[in-house]
Amino acid sequence: MSNARQILIRNGRLIDPANAIDTVTDIYIADKRILAIGEQPEGFVPGRVIDATNKIVCPGLVDLSARLREPGLEHKANIGSETKAAAKGGITTLCFPPDTDPVIDTPAVATLVIRRAQRERNARVLPYGAMTQGLAGEQLSEMVALKRAGCIAVTNAYMPIANTLIERRALEYAATFGIIAVLRPEDRHLRDNGCAHEGPVSSRLGLPAIPEAAETVAVARDIALAEHTGCHVHFRSLSSGTAVRILEQGQQNRLPVTADVAVHQLHLTEMDIEGFDSNCHVQPPLRSLTDRDALRSGLAKGVIGAICSDHQPHEPDAKEAPFPATEPGISGLETLLPLTLKLVDEGVMPLTTAIARLTCGPADIMGLPYGRLNTGASADICIFDPDKHWIVTPQNLISAGHNTPFLGWELTGEVTHTLFEGNIVFERKE
Amino acid sequence: MSDQNIQLNEDGRLKHFLTIDGLNKTLLTEILDTAESFTGVSERTVKKVPLLRGKVICNLFFENSTRTRTTFEVAAKRLSADVLNLNINTSATAKGETLLDTLRNLEAMHVDMFVVRHADSGAAHFIANHSAPHVSVINAGDGRHSHPTQAMLDMFTIRRHKGEFTGLRVAIVGDIMHSRVARSQILALNLLGTSEVRVIAPRTLLPAHVRTMGVHVYHDLMEGIKDVDVIIMLRLQKERMRGALLPSEHEYFQLFGLTQARLAAAKPDAIVMHPGPINRGVEIDSVVADGPQSVILQQVSFGIAVRMAIMSMTMGAQAQGGAR
Repeated sequence: MSNARQILIRNGRLIDPANAIDTVTDIYIADKRILAIGEQPEGFVPGRVIDATNKIVCPGLVDLSARLREPGLEHKANIGSETKAAAKGGITTLCFPPDTDPVIDTPAVATLVIRRAQRERNARVLPYGAMTQGLAGEQLSEMVALKRAGCIAVTNAYMPIANTLIERRALEYAATFGIIAVLRPEDRHLRDNGCAHEGPVSSRLGLPAIPEAAETVAVARDIALAEHTGCHVHFRSLSSGTAVRILEQGQQNRLPVTADVAVHQLHLTEMDIEGFDSNCHVQPPLRSLTDRDALRSGLAKGVIGAICSDHQPHEPDAKEAPFPATEPGISGLETLLPLTLKLVDEGVMPLTTAIARLTCGPADIMGLPYGRLNTGASADICIFDPDKHWIVTPQNLISAGHNTPFLGWELTGEVTHTLFEGNIVFERKE
Repeated sequence: MSDQNIQLNEDGRLKHFLTIDGLNKTLLTEILDTAESFTGVSERTVKKVPLLRGKVICNLFFENSTRTRTTFEVAAKRLSADVLNLNINTSATAKGETLLDTLRNLEAMHVDMFVVRHADSGAAHFIANHSAPHVSVINAGDGRHSHPTQAMLDMFTIRRHKGEFTGLRVAIVGDIMHSRVARSQILALNLLGTSEVRVIAPRTLLPAHVRTMGVHVYHDLMEGIKDVDVIIMLRLQKERMRGALLPSEHEYFQLFGLTQARLAAAKPDAIVMHPGPINRGVEIDSVVADGPQSVILQQVSFGIAVRMAIMSMTMGAQAQGGAR
């Protein structure tokens, strides 16, 4: 007798970088978990068979930074709308920065967010706790209580701690309890009121500029503090080649430092803000072609271990103003996978490496048991057609935010099915 | 998405005037020639031509200005247009929604042209991108980005005194970093074929990548103005001291202030320009500002003819483009 809780994914090209698997095979899923790969287990009678012929089957993607705008910014998006968009993008685990309103600096807010996402059942939502109360950079938050409530790490999001002593204390306290510190490396004074990379384009357009040093000064400082405190420091969204070089030196010195990069930084540069396109207003800013290439090569080498969407959905008004007055950020959940596959097309890295940077790479950084297809693991699976071309239009985005500079781009690779904890949470209707 | 040429219509004629960037020598020369034909109007008893009769021009100023707004108003009235003046306090309307709302409301009053000044770089592009198809937008200064009518009146002044741009050396002295005027001047001078454009300032007042704009950089005033035909002094704002960009007005004047003695390093017939308002004793000595080589007041009066030229050309482009 067939069992509705049993699913067979048949004849797909299974790519599981964590286990060095790349082969055409079948996956057997039962009771939310991966029961077996290859050989059909005895007594397995699937209630559903997914034909994955000519498709790639990989672990559900793990996104280290996606803003879901809830609580407090529901006019931009909410957990329901954005986890649906995540499922459409093949993402099954979303890490969620604490700069909501209220800030996730108490267990109550963390619990609220987790429960809200559990009700939606589209994806796993894991919040980061605030590193300091109210993200004000003054008093430490109750990091241990936040961790117990389900926060996977602490971060001060886009409000880097200006006071070096407080930063040191925060890292020391986090290290005491084995909590990872996620830092967006930026010197606030050097950033000043800047909104674009300090380079030829901002010089000509007269846009207040953010020098590369705003990032490199902070990366150097934070690496010194990581060495001093022994805290695992993870850098969010690197933007400059020099920062990658400094990070690589830190890793060669065996310091506990890791990093990710936002996928748009791997495709766009300062040139894209020509004409004051506010959809290209991002933080950190789009930098030079040299920086973009250094980020690509750091990613290929593994110095940067993860690619994230850095999803920031906005209501249209947030982008309808002169460039400096617009809110930064791109709605990126639905373009994360195809933009990563584009790197494979462009010869930046092999397909298995690209998938690793979206799955086990980010999971390993945060010490999460996801992003891999081990027998017994949660059945979080992304199935995609690697050859399908599609054009990004507002109509085919389901995120509440349509703010993306990739509108009109033809991308290759389209998710056909997403399974989260053994449930089909997205299925493309042909 | 970006469109450098939103200022041109399909025939390559001016529709908006937002920046010098993306224009060409022919078009700039046409502006100067048209302005030349308008200079006579100011000297007549009846200082009006009926070119823009029945048109409504709105001066939309989100930043304080007296001179620029006034010359735009005079220019519009000499072209027989009706003029609306709106000074909008930016602190009350800092958000884009309000800017768009303001725009929609004015469009409902059938405005034909916006003359816009705003504190944010890119504001004029934003307004041009969001205006009804029949509306022309003229940038009267946006953030640090562009002030193209000022640059054109400066080019007009230079051409009046020096003739051709080929063979000229022009030095721009002072706060290039925060100056929309300097950015537009550099673009215009280079497009018109100026032999050498120099900028003279301490590094704190220069954009980091200023060389990519086609200028030679000097940090010494005497070296920088040696043998130049034109010296353009920029206004130094007091805020620059607070932002730690400079130690003091005193030291700035010692190093970069233009005095009669220093002026001798330039060509004997060099002209001295300034977009105003001038800070006497900060960037320029009174003796120079009021001296025989100064053309500062001529710049102001040429400003009217140049703005008449730009307004009539953009509105003419509308009629020819058949947008109505």
